[in-house]
Amino acid sequence: MPALTVNGKSHSLDVPPDMPLLWALRDVIGLTGTKFGCGIAACGACMVHVDGQPTPSCVTPVAAVVGKKIVTIEAMDQDPVGRRVQTAWREADVVQCGYCQSGQIMAAAALLAAKPRPSDADIDAAMAGNICRCGTYGRIRTAIKRAAEST
Amino acid sequence: MNAVVRALGEQSTSRRRFLQGGGGLLLGFALPGFGAEQSRNEKPPEAAVGHATRAMTQESSGLEPNAFIRIDRASAVTLIIHKVEMGQGTFTSLPMLLAEELEVDLQQVKLEQAPADNERFGDPLLGGQVTGGSTSIRASWNPLRQAGATARTMLVSAAAQRWKVDPSTCTARNGVVTHQGSNRSLKYGELVDAAAKLPVPKDVALKQPKDFTLIGKAHHRLDSPDKIDGKAQFGIDVRLPNMSVAAIAISPVPGGKLQAVEDKKAMAVKGVRQVIKLDRALAVLGDHMWAAKQGLAALSPKWNEGPNATLTTASLVAGLRAASEKQGAVARNDGNTEKAIGAAPRKIEAIYEMPYLAHATMEPMNCTVDLRNGLCELWVGTQVPALAQGTAAKLTGLPLDKVRVHNHYLGGGFGRRLETDFIALAVEIAKQARGPVKVVYSREDDIQHDMYRPYYLDRMSAGLDDKYLPVGWFHRIVGSSIMARFAPAAVQNGIDADAVEGAKDQPYAIPNVRVEYVRHESPVPTAFWRGVGATHNIWVVESFIDELAAAAKQDPLAYRQGLLKDQPRMRTVLDLAANKAGWSKPLRAIEGRRVGRGISVQFAFGSYMSQVAEISVGADGEVQVHRVVCAVDCGQIVNPDTVIAQIESGVVFGLGAALWNEVTFDKGRVQQNNFTDYRVMRINEAPAIEVYMVKSNDAPGGIGEPGTSAIAPALTNAIFAATGQRLRKLPVTATSLKA
Repeated sequence: MPALTVNGKSHSLDVPPDMPLLWALRDVIGLTGTKFGCGIAACGACMVHVDGQPTPSCVTPVAAVVGKKIVTIEAMDQDPVGRRVQTAWREADVVQCGYCQSGQIMAAAALLAAKPRPSDADIDAAMAGNICRCGTYGRIRTAIKRAAEST
Repeated sequence: MNAVVRALGEQSTSRRRFLQGGGGLLLGFALPGFGAEQSRNEKPPEAAVGHATRAMTQESSGLEPNAFIRIDRASAVTLIIHKVEMGQGTFTSLPMLLAEELEVDLQQVKLEQAPADNERFGDPLLGGQVTGGSTSIRASWNPLRQAGATARTMLVSAAAQRWKVDPSTCTARNGVVTHQGSNRSLKYGELVDAAAKLPVPKDVALKQPKDFTLIGKAHHRLDSPDKIDGKAQFGIDVRLPNMSVAAIAISPVPGGKLQAVEDKKAMAVKGVRQVIKLDRALAVLGDHMWAAKQGLAALSPKWNEGPNATLTTASLVAGLRAASEKQGAVARNDGNTEKAIGAAPRKIEAIYEMPYLAHATMEPMNCTVDLRNGLCELWVGTQVPALAQGTAAKLTGLPLDKVRVHNHYLGGGFGRRLETDFIALAVEIAKQARGPVKVVYSREDDIQHDMYRPYYLDRMSAGLDDKYLPVGWFHRIVGSSIMARFAPAAVQNGIDADAVEGAKDQPYAIPNVRVEYVRHESPVPTAFWRGVGATHNIWVVESFIDELAAAAKQDPLAYRQGLLKDQPRMRTVLDLAANKAGWSKPLRAIEGRRVGRGISVQFAFGSYMSQVAEISVGADGEVQVHRVVCAVDCGQIVNPDTVIAQIESGVVFGLGAALWNEVTFDKGRVQQNNFTDYRVMRINEAPAIEVYMVKSNDAPGGIGEPGTSAIAPALTNAIFAATGQRLRKLPVTATSLKA
C-alpha cells in the first residue's frame, strides 16, 4: 500500500506497485489535470514534477515515487516559477484546445527552474517531448521567454 | 415566478414560451438561414452532417427560437452556447459578438454548454447542431449581434419608461443604462423584470463597424484560466460514483468479429470488474484504467477477420488507380476541355495521390455512459451533441428526452469528433456494464480505429497555348465519399460536394474546365479531417498550376497573378503574402542545404488566403520549414488574435501531415501505432509563422481550416524550387529527396 506525497498531501493508496503514477493521480486520487496522451512517454501530456524533475507519469510506476515529492498542474500556482509560467501562458494566449497544456506548463516550469534564461535551443531541448496538436508552439516559445523576463 | 422566454426574430410574437423558475430576462434568438451576403455560394458540404443529425433525432428543421441568453437580477449574463470549444476560440469570439451589441463587459458573459437539441441549437449553415466546417463565426455573426442589440434596446426602453424620458436620451454601457440629461443610471439587473414585460422590437439597428469596441480588437481567451491550472474538464476527466473504467480491443481488421475469448485471466487481475464481449469488440472494466489495461493485456482474443484480412495499401491504391480510368460524375464543365487540350500545342498530365490520415487529437476518444432506470446519460466531448443523443437513443431504444448529453471541452476535434462511432461503442458497453462506465481509447486504439481522411488519387491534365497559358484544365478526383456514408441525400448526381470542394471552384481564368468525381469505396472507414475537401483539392490545384508555371518557365507568382486578374480579393492576398515574404529577393543560402520558396493561394471556407513557405532540404533529404508567411482576407475579423492563432495552428497541423503522415495497411491492419510511428510536428520543427490580415468589412469568412489547406502546396512547391523534384504524392517522406 504505497503512500504518495502529491502537492504536499499524503495519500495512502491501495494500488499495485507497478501502476503508472498517471492512473493513480487521475483515477484514484482524482487529480485529472494531468492528462493521458500516449501511454509511452512520447507526448508529454502526462508530465508532472518528481522532486522537481519533469517526469512522464504514464511510464512511472507508483513504487518508484514513494517518498518523493510529486507536484501536478493543480499546485503550479503555489510555485513561484509555475505561477509566472501560467501568467505568461494567459498573456500570450497560448492555449487552444488546452488538453496538452498541463504538460506543457509542467515542462516549461521545470525548464525555467533549471535555466532561468533559456535560449531557443534550450527551449527546443526541454519542450520537444511535448506535443501540441493545435500547434501552439510559437506562443509556447513566446510565453517561456516572457516568463523568464518577468523574474 | 415565471420568466418570460422571448423569441426574437420574425417568429418572435408567435413563439413566446414560459419557463418555470428563475427571475430576470430570458431571451431566445433565432439563428436564421444564411443570406445572400455570404461570400460562399453554396452551403458547405458539412451541411450533410446536420441533415444526418436531424435524420437521427427525427426532429423538424426550421427556425425555432434558438439559443438562449439569460440576464439575471444580479446583471449576470449567460449565453447558452450552441457551438463547442475545441481550441478554435468560439468560447471567446461568440460572446464577443453578443457583448458588443448588448453593451456589457466581455468578462460579464458566462457560458453554458447547450444541451443536445437540433431544433434550438442547430447551425443554420450546417442544418443541425454541429460545430465544424469553419462556420461558427459565419453563422453566428448576425444572429448573436441582433440578439444583443434587441436585449439592449429592451433594457434601455425599460429604463426610459421608469424615468419617463425618451429612450433616445439614454445610453447603455458596461451593463448600465444612463439617462444623459439627469445622470441617472440603472444596472441591467435592475431592469430585467420590467424589460421582460415589453414587446420585442422587430428591427434593431446594428452598430457600424467604426463604432465597434470589442469586435476587431484582440481579446484574451476566456477559456485560458481553466486550461492552465488543470481545472478544465474534458470528457476524459469525468468521474462518477462507482464508475468503472473500460479498456477496449476492437477487431484489428475492419469488419472483423470477435470469435472467442477466455475471460478468466482478466477476471483474475486485481481491480477488474467485468469482461464485456461485443460483436466487433471486447471491453475490460476495472476500478481504474490500469486494472482495465492489465486485464485486457491478459487476454488473447480470437477474431474472425473476415474478407478484409488481406487488405494492403498497395491493393487499396490499385483499386483507386483502376477506378481513375473511368469517367466520373461531372462537377463542372466549362467549354470543351477534351477538345481544347487535344488541340493545344503542349499537354501536361500528372497523377496526384494523398494518403489516408488519422486525426490523432491529443485527447484520445472516450465517452462515459450511465444507463439506468430508463435514462441514458453521456459525458463526452463531441462536435455533434444531437447526433450523439440520437445514436444513444437508437442503441438503447430510449426516447430522445431520456438521453442526456453533457458536453465538455474537446481535447481537439479536427473532424474526428463529428463521428459517433466511439460513443456508440461506449453505449453498447454500458448496456452490459454494472454501473456507469468510462470507455477510454488507448493511443493505439485511437490511431488504429480512427475514421480516416480518404486516400485520394487525382488525374490532372492541361493544355497550354503558344504563350504557355492554360486553355484547358481537366481534374478527375477519385476517392471515398464521406457524404455518401454520412448523409446520402447530400450526394447529388453522383457528386460529393466535399470531395470536389476547391477543385470545382478552382479560381484561375481558363476557358475550358472539366472537373469529375469518381466515387470509389474500400473497407477503410473515412471521415472529415481538418480542411475537409479543400485540404485535398487545394494541394492538387495549387501544385498543378505550379507545374504549368514551371512548364512556361515563368515565375509561379507572376503566372498566378496573370490568371487571377478578375479576382481582386485573391490577388490582394497573393500579392500581400509575396510582398511580405520578400518574394522578389533571393533566399539566403544555407551551407550544405538546398533552399526554396513556394506559394499557394486559395478561396476556401469563405476566406481568401495565400501562403509562402521557405524551406531547406539537407543532403539526407530531410526537409526543414523555416518560415511561413500568410496573408488572409477573412472579411470582418472578430478576434484578430484568434485568427492568427488558428492560422498558426492550421499551418502546423497541415505541415506535419504533409511532411510525415500516412496511415497504411497490411494484412488488413493499420500499421501505425502511436506518436512514435505517426509523427506529428514538435516545437523544434515548427516554423516561424507570420500572419498578415487584410482589413475588410465584408461578411466574416471561416478561419479554423484555411490555414491547413493552404500549407501543403506552399510546402511542396518550395521543395520543387529547392530540388527540382515535383512531389505528386504525400507525405513528402514518400519521395526521396536525397541530394
